[in-house]
Amino acid sequence: MSDAKHNSEDYLRMYRQMVRIRTFEDNANQLYLSAKMPGLTHMYSGEEAVAVGICEALTDDDRITSTHRGHGHCVAKGAEFKEMFCELLGKEEGYCRGKGGSMHIADQSHGNLGANAIVGGSMGIATGSALRAKLQGSDDVTVCFFGDGATAQGLWYEVMNMAALWKLPVIYACENNGYSEYTKTEEIAAGSITARAEAFGIEAHQVDGQDVLAVNALTRKLVDRARKGEGPFFIELMTYRYHGHHVGDINREYYRSKDEEKDWKENRDPIVRFRGWLVEQGIASEDEIEAMNAEIKKDASDAVAYAEAAKYPEASEVDMHVYAD
Amino acid sequence: MREITLSQAVNEAIAEEMRRDETVFLIGEDVAEAGTPFKVLSGLVDEFGTDRVIDTPIAEPGFVGLAVGAAMTGARPIVDLMFGDFIYLVMDQLCNQAAKQHYMSGGKLKVPMVLRTNLGATRRSAAQHSQSLQALVAHIPGLKVALPSSAYEAKGLMKTAIRDNNPVVIFEDKLMYQDKAPVPEGEFLIPFGEANVKREGGDITLIATSSMVQVAEKAAETLAAEGIEAEVIDPRTIVPLDEATLLDSVKKTSRAIVIDEGHQSYGVTAEIASRLTEKAFYHLDAPVLRMGAMDVPVPFSPALEDLTVPTPEAVVENARKLCAGEMIHAA
Repeated sequence: MSDAKHNSEDYLRMYRQMVRIRTFEDNANQLYLSAKMPGLTHMYSGEEAVAVGICEALTDDDRITSTHRGHGHCVAKGAEFKEMFCELLGKEEGYCRGKGGSMHIADQSHGNLGANAIVGGSMGIATGSALRAKLQGSDDVTVCFFGDGATAQGLWYEVMNMAALWKLPVIYACENNGYSEYTKTEEIAAGSITARAEAFGIEAHQVDGQDVLAVNALTRKLVDRARKGEGPFFIELMTYRYHGHHVGDINREYYRSKDEEKDWKENRDPIVRFRGWLVEQGIASEDEIEAMNAEIKKDASDAVAYAEAAKYPEASEVDMHVYAD
Repeated sequence: MREITLSQAVNEAIAEEMRRDETVFLIGEDVAEAGTPFKVLSGLVDEFGTDRVIDTPIAEPGFVGLAVGAAMTGARPIVDLMFGDFIYLVMDQLCNQAAKQHYMSGGKLKVPMVLRTNLGATRRSAAQHSQSLQALVAHIPGLKVALPSSAYEAKGLMKTAIRDNNPVVIFEDKLMYQDKAPVPEGEFLIPFGEANVKREGGDITLIATSSMVQVAEKAAETLAAEGIEAEVIDPRTIVPLDEATLLDSVKKTSRAIVIDEGHQSYGVTAEIASRLTEKAFYHLDAPVLRMGAMDVPVPFSPALEDLTVPTPEAVVENARKLCAGEMIHAA
């Protein structure tokens, strides 16, 4: 890549965002394991190149809808650690004042319309956001993140039909990590997933979701075209989740082998891979990268400490925000 | 004052709000040229075009989902759900998505959308096109629920719903679309949470919703001829509910019957009766009576269907017994 130097700031930001996601998740997992976090959560670790490759192709005016495995999307779209950890711990300073938690984290200031705890539940919302953009003559694009498991939901087929009929500026981004909760997706999905989008006349792409540059390059092209009214589009991003369906899903050999997990982690890790490329291209030295990693690690532990000490919402908040004024 | 039909009143309210606010749009099955099977929306597409009066495929969860997303990002959609029975198809979008966004986001996201649909049996439409499902949505925090009882309410409540910053479900009685009522020219809104005392009386309170207001009014006339003065109150919205007006009346009359066309068990009548009992117990001379639709799927045969809904005669009979101090074993 001849423009590697020219775009070095972009590349370093992508790397930084991927490490921020991994670091956020490592801390969230620790909070769960040490019983400091109420409820449970779903780790994005392993899928970082998907969220970052896509969100780096978007502006703050562009919207995303996220999933139960949503921390990665939230970080990639510009959220801060402090408000995110506060939300995970149910504290008042969280993005949703502690009322949403991990599965409903949202950050409208950066266009994140929120995680959704119903699998496929935000497909209508994302498509509706794109309908609004078209009706109001706005050029923003909406990306609808969902997993391979969500492709079994009927809602997707209803909204794809309307998005295609009305040429809406929406990109359906299917993070195919191979598993629908505790079941191999190949056991529950007939035919090809890209062919399902193509059946509606939607241009469909498949991309290596562990290659942030490939994801970003494809998304940039599609976002530009969606802004011009050439949407909708579908992308299937081949990726892998390092953890179980949720943090408590520890013993999972009944549905996938340790060897398979080891192979993805050791040979296809998106961060290790991109780091190698940055060094090879002379964009950053090993020392610079280590310094960046250390800084992010410190930011995260500072944010965790802050969130642990932060106050819970007052009891008077419990029936606040049921209705808008 | 001029008289217009309930159908014309809804059409007029929507047209006025679409002229006033360009972010308002209509979406649903056969809303444009067809103007819905009941022709309520006829003509709107001629004025506002197909960009703002959008015909959808037959995909209720899909287009309700689109409305939620459009509402969350700066539009004010009015969704047309052809029959109230189809609410079951859109429960996730309505109750998990629309109703909860504001709360789950700590007050940051808003979903200003209207879902207009209908209720009402005795149209010989059988079990899947005749239900009155307002209790289902009234149960969900975050949704508001309006039940217009005439053309006047239909217009005023619709305009308020469109301007509200929350998801509002409006149930129109599909048998009342051609019923005329006086509706003033020019703009007016009916605030949510303000019950309307339709008729004053000191002996018994009849609290009735939607088409059951007519039933209560007819019953009140018969009762008056017998010397029983019934007070008839239309809550107009069941969420929010104007509890104060209902309680004031019951404290005055000491007796009440609550009438709603939804199924009686776990229904709107049960909720209102329970609140009155909790808050006006020592003013009551008789148990508060519920009168809802029978707890059966709506049958097709006219001979059976007519038995399932409250009638003026049944209200009169129950009111007589309550006023005479006779015990009634409801349902």
